Amino acid sequence: MSVITLQVDGHDVAVPAGSTLLQAIQAAGLSVPTLCHLDGLDPVAACRLCLVEVEGSQRLLPACASEATEGQVIHTDTAQLQGYRRMAVELFFAEGNHVCAFCVANGDCELQDVAVAVGMDHSRFPYQDPQRSVDASHPRFSLDHNRCILCTRCVRVCDQIEGAHVWDVAERGSDCRIVAGLDQPWGEVDACTSCGKCVDVCPTGALFAKENTTAEKHPHPERAHQLRRAREQQQWIR
Amino acid sequence: MVALPPRERSQLRCCGASGCRSAGAGPLLAALRAAAAAGVAGEPSAIAALTTAEPGSGLEVRSVGCLRLCGQGPLVAWDGPEGTRLFGGLPPEGAAALVAQARGLAPIPLQAEPALAGHRLDLEQPFFRLQRPLVLEGCGIVDPERIEEAIAHGGYAQLRRVLQELSPEQVREQVRRSGLRGRGGGGYPTGLKWDTVALQPPGRRYVVCNADEGDPGAFMDRSVLEGDPHRLLEGMAIAAYAVGADHGYVYVRAEYPLAIERLRLALQQARHQGLLGQGIAGSSFNLELEVRVGAGAYVCGEETALLHSIQGQRGTPRSRPPYPAQAGLWGAPTLINNVETLAAVPVILRQGGDWYAAIGSDKSRGTKVFSLSGAIRHTGLVEVPMGTSLRTVVEIMGGGDPDGGAVKAVQTGGPSGGCIPAALLDTPVDFESLLALGSMMGSGGMVVIGQGTAMPEVARHFMAFSVNESCGKCVPCRAGTVQLLALLDRCVERRATAADLEALEALCAMVKATSLCGLGQAAPNPVLSTLRHFRQEYGAVPGAGP
Amino acid sequence: MIRRHGGQSHGLIEVLHQVQELDGFLSKPALLQVARGLRLPLSRVYGVASFYHLFRLQPPAEHRCAVCLGTACFVRGAGRLAVGLRRRLGLDLDQTSGDGRWALERVSCLGACGQAPVLVLDGVLFTAPPADQPQELDSWLTALGLPAAVALPAAVGLPAAVGTP
Ligand SMILES: Cc1cc2nc3c(=O)[nH]c(=O)nc-3n(C[C@H](O)[C@H](O)[C@H](O)COP(=O)(O)O)c2cc1C
Ligand code: SF4
Ligand code: SF4
Ligand code: SF4
Ligand code: FES
Ligand code: FES
Ligand code: FES
Repeated sequence: MSVITLQVDGHDVAVPAGSTLLQAIQAAGLSVPTLCHLDGLDPVAACRLCLVEVEGSQRLLPACASEATEGQVIHTDTAQLQGYRRMAVELFFAEGNHVCAFCVANGDCELQDVAVAVGMDHSRFPYQDPQRSVDASHPRFSLDHNRCILCTRCVRVCDQIEGAHVWDVAERGSDCRIVAGLDQPWGEVDACTSCGKCVDVCPTGALFAKENTTAEKHPHPERAHQLRRAREQQQWIR
Repeated sequence: MVALPPRERSQLRCCGASGCRSAGAGPLLAALRAAAAAGVAGEPSAIAALTTAEPGSGLEVRSVGCLRLCGQGPLVAWDGPEGTRLFGGLPPEGAAALVAQARGLAPIPLQAEPALAGHRLDLEQPFFRLQRPLVLEGCGIVDPERIEEAIAHGGYAQLRRVLQELSPEQVREQVRRSGLRGRGGGGYPTGLKWDTVALQPPGRRYVVCNADEGDPGAFMDRSVLEGDPHRLLEGMAIAAYAVGADHGYVYVRAEYPLAIERLRLALQQARHQGLLGQGIAGSSFNLELEVRVGAGAYVCGEETALLHSIQGQRGTPRSRPPYPAQAGLWGAPTLINNVETLAAVPVILRQGGDWYAAIGSDKSRGTKVFSLSGAIRHTGLVEVPMGTSLRTVVEIMGGGDPDGGAVKAVQTGGPSGGCIPAALLDTPVDFESLLALGSMMGSGGMVVIGQGTAMPEVARHFMAFSVNESCGKCVPCRAGTVQLLALLDRCVERRATAADLEALEALCAMVKATSLCGLGQAAPNPVLSTLRHFRQEYGAVPGAGP
Repeated sequence: MIRRHGGQSHGLIEVLHQVQELDGFLSKPALLQVARGLRLPLSRVYGVASFYHLFRLQPPAEHRCAVCLGTACFVRGAGRLAVGLRRRLGLDLDQTSGDGRWALERVSCLGACGQAPVLVLDGVLFTAPPADQPQELDSWLTALGLPAAVALPAAVGLPAAVGTP
């Protein structure tokens, strides 16, 4: 296997050819915030939090979806990137209705973690207070659209790992929302196997099990990766 | 060109393209045909006698593509012994008089004909004189619904020659030498793109024509599709040969029904003539082309979104690399070019790459088609060498403001572009110069803005467009444009504080730098360019309350 | 119809176009049939159908009025025209009235920029209204047969999201 060497924030790292920049950053013992990325799912590069600067390139590159190339010099934490990340998180908070104190995922929410990491405690942008609903039609799980950040992890895990493709994104632009089936109540979509994977990977409190109340949701985002390894490489790593 | 050399037997060319149709070309064409068939009103017997006695004197009335001066439509050109005369805005009632004139049977001279008075258009005016038709060579001359006319006018000659005489590499060499750059907005060197596709590992390849033309106020591609579709098909076939593709798609926006109809007809005719399909023109080259119709999504003009849409998916862009040239339709290397780019290919092969490269400016070679609209006297289509100054296009050719006022600014590049103030009209139109001013060449729409329009309103207009057209995939564009629109509302209503303007600029920078695709990356451009050139109009209110 | 497209999933958009042409809109039963025929997940079909502006998921209104908000029309006063239409129909852009009588839509460039601003009423194109003379514009709209201005429900306020009020 050939190896690529590159520099991340001044550290030299070597990774197998074909690795992503995100893997290179992790190999260097560093991290960048991510929300839409999840090991085991195809990348979509939608949340734009993992953007990094690459010397010699004008464009910022999403670490989760860019292949590392030989000799790259990347910066993951410049003042410019910090500013952009903070604004992105503010935009997330302003476009939905996130009342953390009452959320099932309080304390175990990736959006909250990222907000803390980028130093955001309130959004400078006016909150848009959209009218969104809660779908509690499934016997075991619920979807609260108010907390959805459209990362599409649920769509991908259900399609790529479970193979049920219950979810998809409907509409476009700021009207986008996650739908089950033909925009039906989740409980009516018979393609759902109730496997719970979408709930496990949801980074926020949007998808949760009904028995969870405030701050009781404990997701398992690592399961997607474990399942994919098991299926594709016959390796069970739990 | 619109004017043809003098010819003995008169003919009438009536524009049958969308622009003129919306101004009443349909009834006019019918009236002209009826008059030509039935004879001059009032003297039917004389004409009947004449047509039977002298079959050669029958008057041909043809439906052709855009005759350029769309704003004065419907347009009719009369080609006769004295050259071409052009008429605009003729009502169907005027048809008989024009037919009588064209037949040389009118009792009064042309100048004295009251039905035609005021409809004559000057073909010597700069609007026509300064045009350099290459891509539009056949547009307005051939009947787009008849392949025989396209062929008689040189259509498919280059495809035949290329298949017999040139290797794919030789074709690509000519395109490289021509210096042709993509006309879809980005200006990427076409030869380089073709090489990238051709040099991928062996396997299936596709060629795709981007005919999504979504920039409001742009109608260049539509004119090619409606006026000379065979030129596009020829260019596409040559491109497919050059990169080794045997399957292709033309993706047209659904809002262009006439273009779709004519394109489908052209494909059918070309297949019939053995110019598409298996063993083209007696060679071993095969090519199947299909039309795919969009469904109303501006973002599908973005190449990766377009590919998703052809595959029957939501038209959301994806992160590049890999570029479509490496992994496009169903993962296969795919060449995507704009309509105008592909339509320039036949002339490049006919005249040679070097000949083409000698036209235009240093880094932008050849000609470019622009559609002129907005606060301008001559709304229509112009094809000029790259590097022509904006002033020449807008003021000299376009005739400036219709009410005689001064032009305030010119918007180029649609929602991705910017506004260039009147003071900078001497800028040459080419990719680099427009970028340097914070605008973009875009696909070629030029909308002239008059003194009465406030620039923050223009910026808000485009931002509303971007909000409406964002695909919603990435957060800076999906949520950022909504916030930008709200800030622009405050600017338009003159409630913006200095802090608002600061927030506006900061958010513009963030959306531009972090959005996933060109739509979001360029959405702030109209704001940034108006802030740059017309900042006084944003006039922050010092200390105004929130 | 589905078979004509080889039953292939990439024909989804073409099939939806044809269904809409036949039925006037894309009903849920029709979407279900399309999904079954092309063997696609339901949510994928719904996601595509709801993404594109030209696909209608509701029955079309009796009368449809589309105002062009392309740049050429905008520069020539389409914003004022749109405000006039919103007043008269009591609708916001891209809205259908509750009784299904009127729909007000926005389009971006109808290819008639030379006659800007333009609107399409029940499939017929109307061009060059006197957009900068409020009173003449009003009588022009009346002549088209549009209802008189109604009092706007609060939700349809006129924040002029489109242009010059
Ligand atoms: C939002 C967006 C819209 C676009 N719309 C068009 C379009 O309508 N027509 C077009 O040819 N290219 C359009 N493009 C550019 C295409 O992505 C692509 O660059 C082009 O089709 C390549 O062809 P060319 O190299 O011949 O220019 C658009 C790009 C973006 C980002
Ligand atoms: S529970 Fe499983 S099958 Fe049901 S929607 Fe979630 S991931 Fe899909
Ligand atoms: S429901 Fe959760 S996993 Fe699904 S898109 Fe929304 S935030 Fe992401
Ligand atoms: S920039 Fe806008 S249009 Fe492009 S992918 Fe992001 S949301 Fe979609
Ligand atoms: S994690 Fe890379 S863009 Fe979301
Ligand atoms: S459309 Fe008729 S002249 Fe352009
Ligand atoms: S902008 Fe309205 S018709 Fe072109």
